[in-house]
Amino acid sequence: MIPGPFAYHRPASVKEAVSLLGSLGEDARAIAGGHSLIPMMKLRLASPAHLIDLAGVADLKGIHEDGRDVVIGAMTTQHEVIESKLLGEKIPILRETSFVIADPQVRYVGTLGGNVANGDPGNDMPAVMMCLNASYHAAGKSGERRIAAREFYQGAYFTALEPGEIVTAIRIPAPATGHGYAYEKLKRKVGDYATAAAAVVLTMSGGKVASCSIGLTNVAETPLWAEATAKILTGSTLDAATVKKAVAAAEAITSPATDSRGPAAYRTKMAGVMLTRALARAKERAGA
Amino acid sequence: MAKSHVSMTVNGKKVEELVEPRTLLIHFLREQLHLTGPHIGCDTSHCGACTVDLDGKSVKSCTVFTVQANGADIRTIEGMAAADGTLHVLQEAFREMHGLQCGFCTPGMITRAYRLLQENKNPTEEEIRLGISGNLCRCTGYQNIVKAIQYAAAKISGVPFQEAAE
Repeated sequence: MIPGPFAYHRPASVKEAVSLLGSLGEDARAIAGGHSLIPMMKLRLASPAHLIDLAGVADLKGIHEDGRDVVIGAMTTQHEVIESKLLGEKIPILRETSFVIADPQVRYVGTLGGNVANGDPGNDMPAVMMCLNASYHAAGKSGERRIAAREFYQGAYFTALEPGEIVTAIRIPAPATGHGYAYEKLKRKVGDYATAAAAVVLTMSGGKVASCSIGLTNVAETPLWAEATAKILTGSTLDAATVKKAVAAAEAITSPATDSRGPAAYRTKMAGVMLTRALARAKERAGA
Repeated sequence: MAKSHVSMTVNGKKVEELVEPRTLLIHFLREQLHLTGPHIGCDTSHCGACTVDLDGKSVKSCTVFTVQANGADIRTIEGMAAADGTLHVLQEAFREMHGLQCGFCTPGMITRAYRLLQENKNPTEEEIRLGISGNLCRCTGYQNIVKAIQYAAAKISGVPFQEAAE
């Protein structure tokens, strides 16, 4: 399969990239790792006349702490997320999530920025970012702004990014020391998108849930932040009755499509199962 | 569409070529450089038959544009054996352990296993299975591929290879 023809641009700075995107308009697409875009181009589902490769922009790389936040450059690959000591220590759910994305070859190339910015409801990081209350740094011709992950996703492939804007970094407030976490993903095989997946970050105090946040992947047009579900669980010991009530609340906000991964009702139930497992594992990992 | 000038190192040799920006790396390697070791299997970034080593990463060359690899250092299966024809330890291992039947996936398997062993000299069986999870084999059931990688890892570390009891 051969993509349609395009002109290739390789800017060296964010400013240059944004100015190219602005001047070339709708015919231009930014390319990060390209493992969503290139397959689309090969199928001719996307035929941009201009590709703006972000790989030469040094400012989009790197992971650093900024106060209590961790800031991850958008061009950081899933492989680099897995390898990062800082992330492993501060936000280990990212490592766990990266490991269940695609396969080793794709993880060497696929980027965190691409994963969160593409708006594909099958991508795993968006629900994790909603769970973590991350925000995205966006740059466009009118300057820079930050967009909360929880307000970013509007529909399948529709996000709060304006035309000509790119995500330059992901800012994540580090969860409390001793927090518990888990990302549980049901998939048919390595490399598959989730049938359903759940991200949980929680803290425990005296055997009770002190704080809790939950994200759900691929069970609606957008990733879901299950705010009401987390409220039900907060203050509980994660006893079976409360978990059952919370799972019902989580299932209620899903609206998955029936597809090759299963009928909608099955995928909703699997979201509940993934949530139950993620809660149990997060509790196990949490300090008292 | 105007062609772009690319230069890169492929199997230790400097190459300079003109390519259309839309030329995928796998097509460039096979059709322009005549390196037909990397195979086109699924052409949808699932099967790993097109895997090559690019700047110290295993990549699926069906999902990389050649222009993105400008300046890169690339190694394909053709670059594994020594100049005098002595097989790379992984090639020897696949032969000794019968790590292939039809052989279609083998170039991708070996180039992927090469990077895996560069990063992890002594992988567990589980680490090997996860490490090659982006490479599909439709003949062997993977058992002998895993054994071959264990054989190569043992040989590199200079310890005798012991097959696990079945």
